[in-house]
Amino acid sequence: MTATTTPANAGFGTPQYPSEASLPRQLEIQPARKMRSSGRVLPGLPLSLGVSLTYLSIVVLLPLVALFARTFSLTFDAFIEAVFAPRVVATYLVSFGAALLAAVTNVVFGGILAWVLVRYSFPGRKLVDTLIDLPFALPTAVAGIALTAIYAKNGVLGAPLEALGLKVAFTPIGIYVAMVFIGLPFVVRTLQPVLQDHEIDFEEAAASLGASRLRTIIRVILPAMTPALLTGFALAFARAVGEYGSIIFIAGNVPYVSEITPLIIITKLEQYDYAGATAVASVMLVISFVLLLAINLLQAWTARRSGRTP
Amino acid sequence: MQSRKLLAVLGSSLGLFFASSAAAQTTLLNVSYDPTREFYSEFNAAFAKQWKTKTGENLSVKQSHGGSAKQARAVIDGLEADVVTLALAYDIDAIHENGGLLPKDWQKRLPNNAAPYTSTIVFLVRKGNPKKIKDWNDLARAGVEVITPNPKTSGGARWNYLAAWAYALAQPGGSATTARNFTKSVYDNVKVLDTGARGSTTTFVERGIGDVLIAWENEALLAIKELGPDKLEIVVPSLSILAEPPVAIVDKVVDKRGTRKVAQAYLEFLYTPEGQRLAGKHFYRPRDSKVAAEFSKQFAPVKLVSIDTVFGGWQKAQKDHFADGGVFDQIAVRK
Repeated sequence: MTATTTPANAGFGTPQYPSEASLPRQLEIQPARKMRSSGRVLPGLPLSLGVSLTYLSIVVLLPLVALFARTFSLTFDAFIEAVFAPRVVATYLVSFGAALLAAVTNVVFGGILAWVLVRYSFPGRKLVDTLIDLPFALPTAVAGIALTAIYAKNGVLGAPLEALGLKVAFTPIGIYVAMVFIGLPFVVRTLQPVLQDHEIDFEEAAASLGASRLRTIIRVILPAMTPALLTGFALAFARAVGEYGSIIFIAGNVPYVSEITPLIIITKLEQYDYAGATAVASVMLVISFVLLLAINLLQAWTARRSGRTP
Repeated sequence: MQSRKLLAVLGSSLGLFFASSAAAQTTLLNVSYDPTREFYSEFNAAFAKQWKTKTGENLSVKQSHGGSAKQARAVIDGLEADVVTLALAYDIDAIHENGGLLPKDWQKRLPNNAAPYTSTIVFLVRKGNPKKIKDWNDLARAGVEVITPNPKTSGGARWNYLAAWAYALAQPGGSATTARNFTKSVYDNVKVLDTGARGSTTTFVERGIGDVLIAWENEALLAIKELGPDKLEIVVPSLSILAEPPVAIVDKVVDKRGTRKVAQAYLEFLYTPEGQRLAGKHFYRPRDSKVAAEFSKQFAPVKLVSIDTVFGGWQKAQKDHFADGGVFDQIAVRK
């Protein structure tokens, strides 16, 4: 039941477990059970589709429309001025740049982490597995304060790093560190189920056919993981771009250097400039949407190219 | 059967809940800013007691705290505050301008610009004052690291900025240009611009960043009380600004809820010796000169200038200095 409804939902929201994209094919192999009078294979499609669309509209679309509607109270010139002021543009670079770097970092290390958690059994594995979720559960302000305490010049990590000439807290590096922290679970959790489903036989087959370890990783494991890695990347990136609570404590918030775009939005709100705030927010949203769309397309492309079978 | 019993229990408890809330006393909501939390929780109890003896009515005062502008926005967006007690008049003006919840002349309805207690801006330095910081000009010196919140996100921090400006203006030969240059060199020494006052205090005290924290006097005194005088010292500059955190009734709300009388009495109680004494106890300067004399040890004498005389009021100060493209944005240029 759950398996049959999945493809119907797969078009909406972010496909969490891209390996299931292979399911439609399984469905197609069962044409024997002829369509019922409704003419559809899937049970309850009109109802579930209706519920999905209504839900999506209320939960996601409506607030977004309200956001854009508010920006229309600005004239075009005022909009451009609010959105492309040099100080605001500087924050786009910081926010999106740091978020991209953090997401890349998380894909690399989150990938290794997921691999270790799935493939190896070691004492304390369950504990480590639970630790991964902590950045989800922690109030972001707490995370920010904790990170700042560690990376400040009198902190456990901050002191030795500063001795090496690397300042983390109150610099853009601090922003990156906070983004890595909050983004990690997204990569690990999207990758884990895919790795779990990935039969070890393929690797053994590759090895027995004479492939080196590196070749096995590059030609066998990575292609199968790419869609999940991309999803994890997209989620970690999106979360990092929108993050405010934890970053604000560690960033230092110096204009042109370590200000993030959400801070600009808050700044505008503090001046009761609702329209300006929503204008900047809508630009953020458009950039995020375009990037996420690109990632989703890339994901679809890799999925098609790899034929969905490792 | 089981479920019906459960339903009965649920129903009766729900009934009880409504009954209790119906019989409940009058409530007041005071929407305030962050550092007044301790003060108002004590003040509310004192007022409720006095109100009970005077009218026999049970009163419960609820409080809400947060950044001053954020609180004002919450009230504008529909938080039913009977009274607001915020960090600066500009935020209460905003409640008038956005939605007209109170009249334009709200500040004239209570004595002393509707600010029953005041504070000022002082410096918090590390024990022994290693950088020998005595006055504002020391903050502009090269090699001194200054910590203060961002005046664009923190209402309280706008007072810090304006105090620096007012000091420079009062110096011999002071003009708008010298004040601007001076303020710029102070802010060039700021390495961390937290979004709020408590954040800056944490950065300075807990993280050990910076040589001097520009802070409200009440926050500085509280920090010393909480963290011990063995770590920090207060330095009072030669000139500072009179910070007037104002209070007001939100007319539309009290008229709707029928709480005008008690809300009015609540704010007036702030001006009584008892209310003034509580303000003094929580490190705000009392307006009442008799009560102020009782706290003379706590509050060093300092020459204070007001925002109305130096800056022409909050609306103008906000527009000139803190609006987008204002002086603060101009001096915070790319380095």
